[in-house]
Amino acid sequence: MSVLRDIADEGLGGMRHNFLTGRIEDLVKWSRSRSSWGATFGLACCAIEMMGTGAPHYDIARFGMEVFRASPRQADIMIVAGRVSQKMAPVLRQVYDQMMEPKWVISMGVCASSGGMFNNYAIVQGVDQIVPVDVYAPGCPPTPETLIHAIETLHQLIEDGEIMRRRAATGAGADVHIQEVPAGLTVPVVLQGR
Amino acid sequence: MTTIEPRIVSAGTSEGAQELQPRSIVGHKELMRESGAVLRMSEADAAALADIASDPDEDQTMIINMGPQHPSTHGVLRLMLELQGETVLRCKPIIGYLHTGMEKTGESLTFMQGGTNVTRMDYLSPLNNELVFSMATEKLLGIDGDIPERAVWMRMLLSELNRMSSHLLFMATNGMDLGAVSMMLYGWREREQVLRFFQKVTGLRMNHNFIRPGGLAADLPAGWRDDVLHLLEEIPPRLEEYEVLMTGQPIWRERLQGVGVITQDEAVALAATGPILRSTGIAWDLRKDMPYLRYDDVEFDVVVGVHGDAYDRYAIRLQEIRESMHIVRQILDRMPAGNYRIQNKKVTPPPRGRIDESMEALIHHFKIFTEGFKVPEGEVYVAIESPRGEIGCYIASDGSSTPYRMHVRAPSFVNVQCLPHMMRGGLVADAVAVISSIDPVLGEVDR
Amino acid sequence: MSEDVTTQSNPVLVHGCPSETRFGQLVVHAARTNHLDVCRALYEDGYQMCVDLTAVDHLVHAQRSLPAGVTAERFEVVVNLLSLQHKRRVRVRTQVAEGETVASLFDFYPATEAMEREVYDMFGIRFDGHPDLTRILMPEDWEGHPLRKDYAQGRIPVQFKGAAS
Repeated sequence: MSVLRDIADEGLGGMRHNFLTGRIEDLVKWSRSRSSWGATFGLACCAIEMMGTGAPHYDIARFGMEVFRASPRQADIMIVAGRVSQKMAPVLRQVYDQMMEPKWVISMGVCASSGGMFNNYAIVQGVDQIVPVDVYAPGCPPTPETLIHAIETLHQLIEDGEIMRRRAATGAGADVHIQEVPAGLTVPVVLQGR
Repeated sequence: MTTIEPRIVSAGTSEGAQELQPRSIVGHKELMRESGAVLRMSEADAAALADIASDPDEDQTMIINMGPQHPSTHGVLRLMLELQGETVLRCKPIIGYLHTGMEKTGESLTFMQGGTNVTRMDYLSPLNNELVFSMATEKLLGIDGDIPERAVWMRMLLSELNRMSSHLLFMATNGMDLGAVSMMLYGWREREQVLRFFQKVTGLRMNHNFIRPGGLAADLPAGWRDDVLHLLEEIPPRLEEYEVLMTGQPIWRERLQGVGVITQDEAVALAATGPILRSTGIAWDLRKDMPYLRYDDVEFDVVVGVHGDAYDRYAIRLQEIRESMHIVRQILDRMPAGNYRIQNKKVTPPPRGRIDESMEALIHHFKIFTEGFKVPEGEVYVAIESPRGEIGCYIASDGSSTPYRMHVRAPSFVNVQCLPHMMRGGLVADAVAVISSIDPVLGEVDR
Repeated sequence: MSEDVTTQSNPVLVHGCPSETRFGQLVVHAARTNHLDVCRALYEDGYQMCVDLTAVDHLVHAQRSLPAGVTAERFEVVVNLLSLQHKRRVRVRTQVAEGETVASLFDFYPATEAMEREVYDMFGIRFDGHPDLTRILMPEDWEGHPLRKDYAQGRIPVQFKGAAS
């Protein structure tokens, strides 16, 4: 963009004009994706990795998400981190219902995505039975890199507007599945989405 | 525009009789228990509590609900508190929000697979869970005396490093719960170092499934000594930082000293173990008193408190990190060479290379991983010292390759029963400090 | 440690109940009627901490080996006690038939409050004298007792040959 080039060359004084134009929709989506706050829904082992993602080494503060709001009214993204038991399911739904639109759900870990290794009477086989999920992150638990990848996927979808368009049509989640990123490796990942 | 059919999902979150009921309908014994009367109190103390039970003005008290989703990072614990103003009169923890049916699942997994299940109970010290399960299985198999030395010392190394990482996480969450938010960041910084070492050795940062019946899944990688030495150099100065940040600090002391007090008799009556029992002054540590692995061969101190309050528990855990590092240093010096698992063909799989060469090895590998090895009939209870207290594994076997009954005595399940006692008479703001000082892990509370 | 099989036919009596030593661990077989007395006697012997209380459903394992004088029933309530002074453990196994109740140990082992509730929730064994015998792990309106052997694991069917059905 020429504005950026002007600034790069001559500093802020180099800006020929001092307003940027854009569509409100784009600006809103851009700011939403850069400042989404997570609702704490750490249930089990995945919660520990989620805390690790907020910790200094992996640091999701650089993506605008270091603030995990305990009150669902103040949160945008609900990261369901851990296995959802039968007793917890109505609580999960109640917290989800209290969140204000627009809201998104990341299902973190295999237990939240599909019941994981616990295919039994006690665990809900996938949190998408209760709330509409936008991004599924695999792993048991997913490494912080996988979670960051899931969050960034979601942010990209928010910024593109894909997610809002889909939600308006069917009321369902985005149903995007991503591949797990092993720790310590940087491997390009192919996204499968609609 | 299509109309969206609302999905009606019933969100009833009431748990009926499990919740804290109004005074008028609670039985006398349960009322005493919720008020924190441990039934071996003296007559005078019990009488002093009794007048609270007959408070006629029920409008003065308020029953509030904390959880199961709340910002304290201890997982899905739900607490119902009866308050008079800011004072806690009764407390009832309601658990089960993370019940995973692990004991039922354990009955359908072979003994080799059992580690994957058990390791997710106490997810902050997974290697200890695997260790106790493996030790119980080995006792039933009759091979517990034949585990090679190197395997035993490796198990000790991993168990102590796990204790360190669990206590570092306690420091982090304890700090954050009390408002020292930067402690969360510092604690995780150290924990990451330990987790990176675990990833190098076991392949995973958490839930490793590395300690298996017969030994371990693999040998230590080359260069492990340097990594452990690096850990042992980096962590002590950081612990000094925590001392400066927290231990001597007046606000920290005010918030923790005298909060959540429990006496020796009460702790024993409530079967509290680990730092809670040691904070009352009883020097009970299974590593010293009923040694397992080679803990009778290494030197370390058992850290004991005096007052039985939350400050003592914090200080005990901080010092236990240092004691664990002392043990790790001794293990570094004395780690023997040898096998990392018992060379019993029926129990441990053959090395991968042998499978190509020997038909017998191939068959053993196949049998161990598909059917599983059969364990003779019997029942056994083995207990070790986890960072939270005594973790025990009770296995009843019927001679087949899956446990007939697999029960884990989780320390946090029993420690949570101390909550009504510790909270009674305190302020609501201290409730968070008390929960944090018990350091419960809901995965093992609910299993 | 090998099992001491000789105690099976001529068991040593501990507080009037047959006992055996397996894997170096002392096991006392109490009857349902004297479960409370045996545990109280052991408490007075110095086993001050009740470390664990659980149960086993032997519905499909009726032919297990028990010492002489012990009749096998469907359920076994297993209590693990610990003596801090003597650094010893003892295990009490009590046979309980379907529908029978057992005395609660709450009065002198307050730690058993949650443990007995868990046994009630998972097996359906009721404890007399327990202050608040409600479910603890399952939701309040759950039907059935999950750890019983006639309660299915509740799997959803998956397309995988190795999965237990």
